[in-house]
Amino acid sequence: MSAIRRRHSPTSGGPLRSLSLHAIVVITALFVGIPLLYGVLGGFKTTRQLSSNPIGLPDPWVPENYTGVLASGSFWRMLWNSTYIATLTTLIVVAVSALAAFVFARFAFRGREALFTMFAAGLMFPFAVAILPLFVLLRMFGLLDNPLGVILPQAAFGMPMTIIILRGFFRAIPGEIEEAAILDGCSSFGFFWRILLPMARPAIATVSVLAVVNSWNQFMLPLVVFSDDSLSTIPLGVQQFQGQYSTDVAKVMAYIVVAMLPALGFYAVAERQLVSGLTAGAVKG
Amino acid sequence: MKTTRPRSHRLRGFTKILLFLLPSLVLFFGLVVAPILLAFYASVFKWNGMRGLPTDFIGMTNFTRLLADEVFLGDLWRGLLLIIFSVAIQLPLSLGIAMLLNQKIHGRAFFRLLFFAPYVLSEAITAVLFMMILKPTDGLANYILGWFGIDPLDWFADPSTVMMSLFIVMTWKYFGFHMILYIAGRQGIPKELTEAAQIDGATGWKTFRYVTLPLLGPTIRISVFLSVIGAIQLFDLVWIITGGGPSHSSETMAVTMFQFGFKRFQVGYASAISVVMFFISLVFALFYQRYVMRRDLEGASTVLGDQR
Repeated sequence: MSAIRRRHSPTSGGPLRSLSLHAIVVITALFVGIPLLYGVLGGFKTTRQLSSNPIGLPDPWVPENYTGVLASGSFWRMLWNSTYIATLTTLIVVAVSALAAFVFARFAFRGREALFTMFAAGLMFPFAVAILPLFVLLRMFGLLDNPLGVILPQAAFGMPMTIIILRGFFRAIPGEIEEAAILDGCSSFGFFWRILLPMARPAIATVSVLAVVNSWNQFMLPLVVFSDDSLSTIPLGVQQFQGQYSTDVAKVMAYIVVAMLPALGFYAVAERQLVSGLTAGAVKG
Repeated sequence: MKTTRPRSHRLRGFTKILLFLLPSLVLFFGLVVAPILLAFYASVFKWNGMRGLPTDFIGMTNFTRLLADEVFLGDLWRGLLLIIFSVAIQLPLSLGIAMLLNQKIHGRAFFRLLFFAPYVLSEAITAVLFMMILKPTDGLANYILGWFGIDPLDWFADPSTVMMSLFIVMTWKYFGFHMILYIAGRQGIPKELTEAAQIDGATGWKTFRYVTLPLLGPTIRISVFLSVIGAIQLFDLVWIITGGGPSHSSETMAVTMFQFGFKRFQVGYASAISVVMFFISLVFALFYQRYVMRRDLEGASTVLGDQR
């Protein structure tokens, strides 16, 4: 076993060395894992148990914190709001960016590269730069306390990354396919819709996953756009709940653990797309 | 009909391109470019942000006030501090773990999944989780410190430890993301190169230092770039955990901007902060792409290759 390892991996040495390398990984795993585990177990304790016995198993197990969250209507409403906003954001950003990426990938016209660079430059600007004037604009358009006030800006700021990734993919599809389609009487849009998009399904999945995760975790925009609690998304709800029950630590823990579940579930399903999207985006951005 | 055929043809092509681009142009100009321009405009006015456009023109006063403001200068310093921490501690950690997980370690798929998981959680959830773990008296962190005989810390409540505590949270949340970048970069290096080095007698460390590390250059540069942009715009974690306190000791540019723009209604002044953030990002990005990533952008970035 160790001989095989030595052959395949340049940095492994003797058994002692490999033991210490393992130790580093395990320590890091504890650093990452303990906070999560502490949250999950903490949710099953009472707040008094938590301060007297922070690290052990709950004794007795108290499921009320969790059942309380699951039974509250406000949690399910937030889950719905987050889902609704993430879905619409993703649909819009992918549709709009795919059209643009198609043009940038397959049409030759003057000013194309300049236009593309302009979109790509959007990537450099942190969202925080624009939030204040964005708020002023959204107020002018009457989009405050309206899900569209979050959806449209998210889509706009998600476009640069999506266009860059999709353009790269569209470019890789051979020109012969397009020629054949045009010869058979396909219009540009027909080619885009019936041939390019179906072929680009993996890339579409990748950018969609990125858009969902970004929308799901967005905090600043809903914070300024929604003053009506019934529109709150999960990150807003988590912050509010913490403010409301800051002394009841166990209750807050149960709440954030439940709030984590949709994101972790999504991660378990879409990990590959997420990783490929992030690495592709990082390189091409 | 005077128009010749090719011209009408070209016109049709132009309309087609315009139709395809229209939705993205409208969104981009309306919600990305326009706000940035509006920030520029508002930054030279004294304005409480009420309806209509600002009228009280005061020239560069907001900017001179900004550059004399201790809190803002502190923001710049703290931003720099976070960047230094990230580059000096977080990135080597991510790189090291990525190299370890690239080996045939037991359960490496599990470790990779675990280390990347915090990245998927929202900043809000991360913030609240760590507010409880790093609670001043009876939090988990102080309990664990107690095993080693270390006195309990006040973490976020003490100006002298608040930045360190924030950095711990940032490392927890983001190092897995950088690790993923490095793993992808490492996988893009052809096996032949490291094998050749070993046949030539290079030790593990030398192979890493003289073969792997240089070839990871583009990934490292990207990772540094993303850390810096992230530090410039850091908001969510700070806002939820400390709100910038105690007494401004953890405030960032974005938090200061938010305070003035949304809490104190000094929208002109807050816009000036936005403009400065814009220029810092712009100058940094241009400088970095021009001098640091130049070679990577000239099609030499074969390292990550095509991940799709």
